Amino acid sequence: MVNNDLVKLTSWGNTTHDPHKLIMVNDRENTQLLANNTPGICFGNGRSYGDVCLNPGGVVWQMRGLNRLIAFDSVTGRLRCQSGVLLQDIQRTLVPQGWMLPVTPGTQLITVGGAIANDVHGKNHHRLGSFGDHVIALDLFRTDGSLLHCSHNSEARMLQATIGGLGLTGIILEAELQLRRINSPWLTTDTVPYRSLDEFFELADSSEQNWEHTVSWIDCLSGRAGHDTRGIFLRANHNNDAAEHNPDTSHTAPTGARRLSFPFTPPLSLVNRLSLRPFNELYYRLQARKRGSGTAHYESFFYPLDTLRHWNRMYGPRGFYQYQCVVPKADSREAIARLLNTIQQSGEGSFLAVLKTFGDKTGKGLLSFPMPGATLALDFPNRGERSSRLFEQLDAIVSEYAGRIYAAKDALMPRSLFESGYPHLPEFIPMRDPGISSALSRRLMGS
Amino acid sequence: MNSESFANRHIVIIGATSGIAEHCARRWAQEGAGSMTLVARNTDRLSEIRDDLTVRRPGLMVHCLSGEFLLAQGVQQLVDNVLAIGNPDIVLIAHGSLPDQSLCQQSLTLCAEQMNINALSPVLFAEAFVSHMEKVGHGTLAVLGSVAGDRGRKSNYVYGAAKGLVTRYLQGLQHRLAGSNVRVVLVKPGPTDTAMTAHLKQQGSKLASVEEVAAAITTGIASGKPVIYAPAKWALIMMIIRHLPRFIFNRMDI
Repeated sequence: MVNNDLVKLTSWGNTTHDPHKLIMVNDRENTQLLANNTPGICFGNGRSYGDVCLNPGGVVWQMRGLNRLIAFDSVTGRLRCQSGVLLQDIQRTLVPQGWMLPVTPGTQLITVGGAIANDVHGKNHHRLGSFGDHVIALDLFRTDGSLLHCSHNSEARMLQATIGGLGLTGIILEAELQLRRINSPWLTTDTVPYRSLDEFFELADSSEQNWEHTVSWIDCLSGRAGHDTRGIFLRANHNNDAAEHNPDTSHTAPTGARRLSFPFTPPLSLVNRLSLRPFNELYYRLQARKRGSGTAHYESFFYPLDTLRHWNRMYGPRGFYQYQCVVPKADSREAIARLLNTIQQSGEGSFLAVLKTFGDKTGKGLLSFPMPGATLALDFPNRGERSSRLFEQLDAIVSEYAGRIYAAKDALMPRSLFESGYPHLPEFIPMRDPGISSALSRRLMGS
Repeated sequence: MNSESFANRHIVIIGATSGIAEHCARRWAQEGAGSMTLVARNTDRLSEIRDDLTVRRPGLMVHCLSGEFLLAQGVQQLVDNVLAIGNPDIVLIAHGSLPDQSLCQQSLTLCAEQMNINALSPVLFAEAFVSHMEKVGHGTLAVLGSVAGDRGRKSNYVYGAAKGLVTRYLQGLQHRLAGSNVRVVLVKPGPTDTAMTAHLKQQGSKLASVEEVAAAITTGIASGKPVIYAPAKWALIMMIIRHLPRFIFNRMDI
């Protein structure tokens, strides 16, 4: 009987398709639904890559139905909203009113609850930190039936545990966020091709002062013997001059007709040894031609893949892993070089490879990912053993340099690396809600 | 469609707490509606929706009303109260309930309740509003039917029959008002991801997103379509279903 209600569910990486019991949460008053169906884990818009949002054989609370905005103060820029609201909804609503989320990751198709639980970061980490730095307060439902209003003044410790808390401290029902003023939805951009890691780090350092957003695409196949690593460094600032573009049309987001969808899952990953080298070559050349300054709409600059629905399907039926680590600043040049070397030697490759530096802000949460240093993120088609062997080698390097792996992306890291990478873990454990458990929490915390 | 089409319009939504209705309201708010009157059986959640809409469109006037949905006298009174606020440019009748078919077969009481809320009630509202629109010579009436109303199926024919009644009723209204300035629109959503269908999703059904359905409805209304399938693919699917010979249809487990 119960089995009939189990539904296969996957996360963005598409590597597992285990049955789950789905509980739709559409009304914040109906917390009974949460308390009566435990242990479970919140599932937002399913954009985390690994198992942070999964609970095979058990309950997931589907939070997308809690998607109302509650109040916005157009003087202070404070927004209260339910946790299932998408960042895209907030921005498309409030950018035309002159406000934007201070920090967003590479997709805005994620929920507010997910953004808090993973303490996501963006391209402006060196200026504005991570998502949690802009959370003023949140309402947290605990499966024992209590409702905690967490802010800096009350339940501050619980707020700290919940930011980046991987959904394990309770169910976030509402949040109050600080937005930032913008004069225009347009950005001034600068594209700088680079031809070595040294050049990348120089660019990153010298850009921090004058550019709010910095990121780079890296050709992870380029550093083979005799060649140096190449990539494209992107930096941008918000336009202050609202008059530069016609404000009536400039707010219009790319929508509807321009949205493409990856129509089906091909039988094999389209990202493979044959396709990757020409892909990267072409991409580098196309981007290098754009060198110099330009203007971009915030949506196309920040969320280039949001216009291609289901892009994860290009990795085929076995899905893909994303490996994202951060290594501390002191040795980051050396550590990144070794990571890239290991990837090249393995022959595995990644098209979507991103290298960026974090600023000096450490995340507010007990389990926040960002730390001062450099972060490397790469997608790998799931090739079973081959993938896990490569990840073991990468893990060893990350561990040697006292770095850490981003849990929002992770499906494979060993418990030892989680424990060494997140020194506040012992303080976090007692803050957990005993009625909440995920595949990730069982893998990395034992329950 | 241009964004002028809803500018400063007064929009009335009956059953405003339904997921599809709420997302239509969001779109209309964003497209520049001037005021909205939201009507539901109880007002509890209406204020949440009003708050959401006014964040989306500062300055939007939102009125919330509740009242009788089943008895003719009460419905007339409720419609009069709505009309006292102002002449509607668009009225969307969106309330409904998706019952478990097997429970309807076991209980005549449930069967009657469902018929009343899905068939009788929207007809009463539509008749009351359309009479007013005809009198003032202005307005668009849109009613949510369902693809389920296109052909009776064993898995949900109580719901389907009620929606089928709405379909025939609106056909009649369209006939009656052809050539007038009053437009009547029949909306037929396919299975949509809302609170009403939570149990379907829990069983693994693939549902259209409510945002996508609301977009199809509001653009369809703006472009003057008399019948809107949402999403549009259901027009083709239902054409096939309607035309399947009985000896094939009766063997299908749908």
